Amino acid sequence: MRHILTIGGRQFRSYFNGPVAYIVSCIVMLTLGFFFWKTFFLFGRASCREMFSWLGLILVFALPALTMGLLAEEKRTGTIEFLITMPVTEAQVIVGKFFGVLGLYAVLLVLTLPYPISVSTLGNLDWGPVWGGYLGLFLQGSAILAIGLMASSWTSNQLIALFVGLTLSVFFWMLDKFLALLPTNAASTLQWLSFDYHFQSMARGVIDLRDVLFFFSVTVFALAVAFRALESRRWS
Amino acid sequence: MTDVMIDARDLTKHYGTVAALKNASFQVKRGEVVGFLGPNGAGKTTTMKILTCFIAPSGGTARVGGADIFEDSIAVREVIGYLPENTPLYTEMLVFEYLEFVGKMRGLSGSALQTRLRTVVEETSLGEVIGKSIAEISKGFRQRVGLAQALIHEPPVLILDEPLSGLDPNQAAEIRELIREIGRERTVILSTHNLAEVQMTCGRVLIISQGQLVADDTPEELAARAGKPRFVATLKQNGHSASDIREAFSAIGDAQTVKEQASAAAGELIVEVVPKGNEDLRAEIFQAAVSANLVLLGLERHGENLEDIFRQLTMGKTGASS
Repeated sequence: MRHILTIGGRQFRSYFNGPVAYIVSCIVMLTLGFFFWKTFFLFGRASCREMFSWLGLILVFALPALTMGLLAEEKRTGTIEFLITMPVTEAQVIVGKFFGVLGLYAVLLVLTLPYPISVSTLGNLDWGPVWGGYLGLFLQGSAILAIGLMASSWTSNQLIALFVGLTLSVFFWMLDKFLALLPTNAASTLQWLSFDYHFQSMARGVIDLRDVLFFFSVTVFALAVAFRALESRRWS
Repeated sequence: MTDVMIDARDLTKHYGTVAALKNASFQVKRGEVVGFLGPNGAGKTTTMKILTCFIAPSGGTARVGGADIFEDSIAVREVIGYLPENTPLYTEMLVFEYLEFVGKMRGLSGSALQTRLRTVVEETSLGEVIGKSIAEISKGFRQRVGLAQALIHEPPVLILDEPLSGLDPNQAAEIRELIREIGRERTVILSTHNLAEVQMTCGRVLIISQGQLVADDTPEELAARAGKPRFVATLKQNGHSASDIREAFSAIGDAQTVKEQASAAAGELIVEVVPKGNEDLRAEIFQAAVSANLVLLGLERHGENLEDIFRQLTMGKTGASS
């Protein structure tokens, strides 16, 4: 555990020494601000539903940028060799890196707190869906981050990791967007696999264990694949 | 723990169909500084990556500090301090941040960590860059940061992949001195393709060529095998012809061959004298020059280095096994 926290802490701090975290945060906050305030006064409702919908989508695009370098960059510069030859297991490296980026993501979510706070001063805000929305964002985000880390474990090129991570996360987000065109069986399966379906249900303020488990399973699965990819280098 | 710190048995590594390492077996004892010598691509780095558990061998196994690289790779990694090739570092970190991170990963904390940090910083003379970002410091300092991180947990075994590459002569001399110091109590394996480096630093040399160990000996023994010393005299020409000089030197009793070198500067003649055995002919050459009225400008002793044996062993003539 100590190793995981040391690796995670280093990863977390290193984000603040490079440009990526700042750029991503700025883009997220700017786009969120634009889309949120564009319609907020038009609707005239003291609700954060709009914010969570937009944020859910924005993060699908933004988060793979945070994970693209996690392993790819270490492989390119060779620091992975130095990291792996310390007395740590591959699993500790993967989980540590994941916690590092998850910590940054948590900070990013905290940065959006002024939105519900200012909405609550403008009207009578129901905080239930807000916390549900944040939990949903956190869980959906951790699944996307895990997928991005998995993509980063496959290559030593950050750009490839970015595009693979982006493609996968957008794909899982939009799975439930074309259901009307499909037969019912396929539609319900696809809907169940869709990130947005599970996220929207949480953002309504309903915490269903199935939604939590869904994101948790995707996260664990992606991390396990990343672990195998990192480990496979020993035998190549 | 046994006295044998590294025990490699039949290490073999294939990358696809290419065999990078073929049945390499060797042992390294406590307190030995071993030079791993070979041309680029000979398998030095592969061997080091196997010993540090970064990659697994396709065949054979190794024990480091008594632990097997397959069965207890964490224990192996604990006893090793490793400096990978090209010294990969997290360049966005500050030097002390980085060393602290490595110390924590190595299980140090609190005042023990602080003490070790101070010691390695002093040992590697990193004091003046300690608060700088690794991206900003020179190659020599980076190399020292690499060494410092390998030393921080006082490992009994140090594996250094080309620790002196890219350093200027002064920096290299300092690091060499440091490695010698470390090697008094600990086991050090360092790889290089620089022969002089090995002669200056290592008590033992392993020469590897095309994935096979072709020699395992002390630098002196290997040099002796390299053949006879040669004496190269530079003489003032002063109207003497080459044949005059050859005649003067053939008088030296033990000289086997005497020949002129074409590389002489204007007004100079360079003569190479090879003795029959291992005799030191410098006095005789001086005497011969004096009695033939020749002005001796310089006299050097050559051939007692690893270069010849290295070429012999790694240029396909791998017959001379150890």
